[in-house]
Amino acid sequence: MSLRGARLGWLIFLVLLHATVIFPGFFAPYDPSEQDRKNPYLPPMRIHFLDAQGHFHARPFVYPLQLRQGSFDQSEGNTAKPVSLKFFVRGTRYQLLGIIPFRLHLFGTEDERVYLLGSDSFGRDQLSRFFYGGQVSLFAGLLGAGITLLLGLCVGAIAGYYGGWTDALLMRFSELFLALPWLYLLFALRAFLPLSVGPLQAFFLIVAVIGAVGWARPARLVRGVVLSAKERDFVRAARGFGATDAYLLCRHILPETSSVLLTQATILVPQFVLAEMTLSFLGLGVPEPVPSWGNLLASLQQYSVLVTYWWMYLPALLIVPFFVGYLGLGSELQERREPYKIERTSLGNFA
Amino acid sequence: MKTVTAIRYHRQIASRLLLAVATLLAHVVAAFPQQKSSNEEFLAVPGENGHPGGRLVVSLRAEPKTLNPLIAADAPSREVIGAMQADLVHINRATQLTEPSLAKSWKISPDGLQYTLVLRKGVKFSDGQPMDADDVLFTFRVYLDEKVHAPQRDLLIFDGKPITVRKVDAFTVVFQLPKPYGVAERMFDGWAILPRHLLEKPYEEGKIVQLGTLTTPANQWPGLGPFRLKEYVAGQRLVLERNPYYWKTDAKGTRLPYLEELIFLFVPSADAQVLRFQSGETDVISRLGAENFSVLSRQQRDYTMVDAGPGLEYNFLFFNLNDPGAKTSAELQQKQKWFREVKFRQAVSAAVDREAIVLLVYQGRGSGLWGLVTPGNRRWGDQKLPHPPRSLERARTLLKEAGFSWSTGPNGDPALLDSSGKPVEFSIITSSSNADRAKMAALIQDDLKQLGMRVQVVPLEFRSLLDRVTQSKDYDACVLGVASFDADPNSDINVWLSSGGTHLWNPSQTHPATDWEAEIDHLIDEQMYARTFEQRKKLYDRAQELLWEYQPMIFLASPDILTGARNSVGNFRPAVLEPYVLWNVEQLYIKSGTVNTTR
Repeated sequence: MSLRGARLGWLIFLVLLHATVIFPGFFAPYDPSEQDRKNPYLPPMRIHFLDAQGHFHARPFVYPLQLRQGSFDQSEGNTAKPVSLKFFVRGTRYQLLGIIPFRLHLFGTEDERVYLLGSDSFGRDQLSRFFYGGQVSLFAGLLGAGITLLLGLCVGAIAGYYGGWTDALLMRFSELFLALPWLYLLFALRAFLPLSVGPLQAFFLIVAVIGAVGWARPARLVRGVVLSAKERDFVRAARGFGATDAYLLCRHILPETSSVLLTQATILVPQFVLAEMTLSFLGLGVPEPVPSWGNLLASLQQYSVLVTYWWMYLPALLIVPFFVGYLGLGSELQERREPYKIERTSLGNFA
Repeated sequence: MKTVTAIRYHRQIASRLLLAVATLLAHVVAAFPQQKSSNEEFLAVPGENGHPGGRLVVSLRAEPKTLNPLIAADAPSREVIGAMQADLVHINRATQLTEPSLAKSWKISPDGLQYTLVLRKGVKFSDGQPMDADDVLFTFRVYLDEKVHAPQRDLLIFDGKPITVRKVDAFTVVFQLPKPYGVAERMFDGWAILPRHLLEKPYEEGKIVQLGTLTTPANQWPGLGPFRLKEYVAGQRLVLERNPYYWKTDAKGTRLPYLEELIFLFVPSADAQVLRFQSGETDVISRLGAENFSVLSRQQRDYTMVDAGPGLEYNFLFFNLNDPGAKTSAELQQKQKWFREVKFRQAVSAAVDREAIVLLVYQGRGSGLWGLVTPGNRRWGDQKLPHPPRSLERARTLLKEAGFSWSTGPNGDPALLDSSGKPVEFSIITSSSNADRAKMAALIQDDLKQLGMRVQVVPLEFRSLLDRVTQSKDYDACVLGVASFDADPNSDINVWLSSGGTHLWNPSQTHPATDWEAEIDHLIDEQMYARTFEQRKKLYDRAQELLWEYQPMIFLASPDILTGARNSVGNFRPAVLEPYVLWNVEQLYIKSGTVNTTR
């Protein structure tokens, strides 16, 4: 595969993954906060094609699980009553893209609820919560990265273009930011803001907090590019013809930074998704019952959950493809930028 | 053959005789300490006969703040002090009845105003100094002193008049009450008798409340309890050692306590306590959550987990019913219009799924609540109190009657509107450190969503939550729990009385805000001074019914007391009253032949 092909491949992979969280209502079989109080902590139900007699069924089915009477950690399957999965069914109401009322789901069942990823302590479907949770976590990451890059671009461009004491001041300040442990910075910022807020405010709050933390690195990179770009002949020529600073920056210099920014974006998004997860994991993020990937994993803080309900770990595994996608795209982009000097930046500095 | 049998027979007799003599000897030896000082009146307690030695390790959630019973208010301090101090009359935590302690007997005058207590002779403090009536007099003088600010002081004041204590002779004291008191001798439980010989001087100098810090030298803080201070390592542990002068014996006459040492480890998190217990670092565990209890039950090897049954903790939801003063925001005043509506509160109560709370929060190890008195309280529950199952229908009818209506929200869900067309939205605050209550709040949130109420759950740090409820009064609703320390209704008196500080929905009122609160005040006051149990019960039942009718507190559920102990711990009999596992600490012992696990 050519370089271009690989890039396209990663891009398509990511777009597909994002589709699941942009349209969670379609992919999730149930409402993420709907409680099934008779069925707390049910393990994932396995999808079968072969029944007990060994007959093949084209339509996949599951054997519904139930908690054993009086037990909270043992369940038994009902092999007498298989429940088959139907595709493109009408189910619970949801809003497509937050506005269009819709009822179509990718899959569902007729009566019995199925839990392909298990259920949590309230009997909520973990799979549905994963898709809806991704909406919060991924968008927090994407928006946060947007803010950070914008901040970084502004600071970096000003520092690089004007140089002198402005440059020194901004860069020393950014060094201060880099030297601070980011996790504590995150906590400190969060501590300044109100603890109890509605889900939507909480979301934007987190985005703002995350976005404000990571700007120093892209700013330094942008500054480097701007420094070299402003000495290019065509820039000097334009200046000679009397171009203003703003025109030079927008027309000639900043376009040079695009590849750096793109590469940075692919690194920052997963980092910031992780940041959101950390905050939510510690109860500082989006409040329950709104799911986010961090909220999904938060129950693992309890020892009893950790040793009893293994499927509570599964969301952590499902997140991996998203990260791989971003990192893959990132390294491809980096190769394009510097085809002779392949250097792979890892998550190491942040995570 | 015959001779052989005969010989064998004789031998048997001989060995039996020998055994009898040996047993007799053992008895004599055991009785010896009693005979040596016949003026010591020991209290023999029933139970398994153990043997001396060994040590018991217990974990505490936090370091105790003090060892001084005059100022102790936190649970860890009370737990430690319980093992170091003794009271005049004690409530047996298992039977929930009173039994002699430092007072070997007592008499109540026919008018119920005079209690004559006869003290046990020959009792010594853990530094070897004798205890007599003067110590009792001194103790109550200190507790009653306003300058000392003992948290229990209010319990000794009746209608603004304090109890008076008089000495008859060195071992007889008379307590004179201004009014008859229904609780009777139960009121003497929990008043640690202080050593006058050591504390009189600091008391006169006004320094008594500064004493009893954890860094007190071991011999400077004697008590009458089974253990005395040995060593304190900041941030790690507190070690108590056997009080050699303790005044209880077992049935055989062996002086208690059996244990040589009682060690409290400071283990801050519940999960860490479970891990310590599992690995054998601690010997007993209590205050367990249901989930951790089932983890431990599943893996039990050398320990046994015991569900002691429903306790006295009651969890409830309440709304802010404080007077709309100048401080109250317009938004809250608007919401209070709903909260003040009795039918609104009844509807919320009808919509709450208590069964689900017991199942999901306590894994079935608890019971739903419809009143303040939990099933763990053997004598005081009102049997006539209804226990209606959850009914959304009834809730909707009640809301309709109160003028509420519904509209369809953007999502197709119903939204509840009040009579002026405002959507019903409020927040429930809960303590962020209590996962159980946070879960209850989440369940209530979902229950009320089905009525069309939009509820938000806001976890707050416990301090700031209490501050909001009792000081700034800036909240909508709150989920909280209270654990009564005794089964008697008077232990919850501050919840009942409208003037009480823990009358949570509207604390410390100067004048009862509603008629029913006035009636409850009256009933509770009356039962306090009623003479017989039947009279008190009748009055108390009526108060419970009023609470149910007006629902200022919407009761949710009560957890079982879940405990566990290593199999090597003898006499382990957990109770549902605090301290759940250490109430009979003087009788606990380490069984011989069992290796006291590695540490």
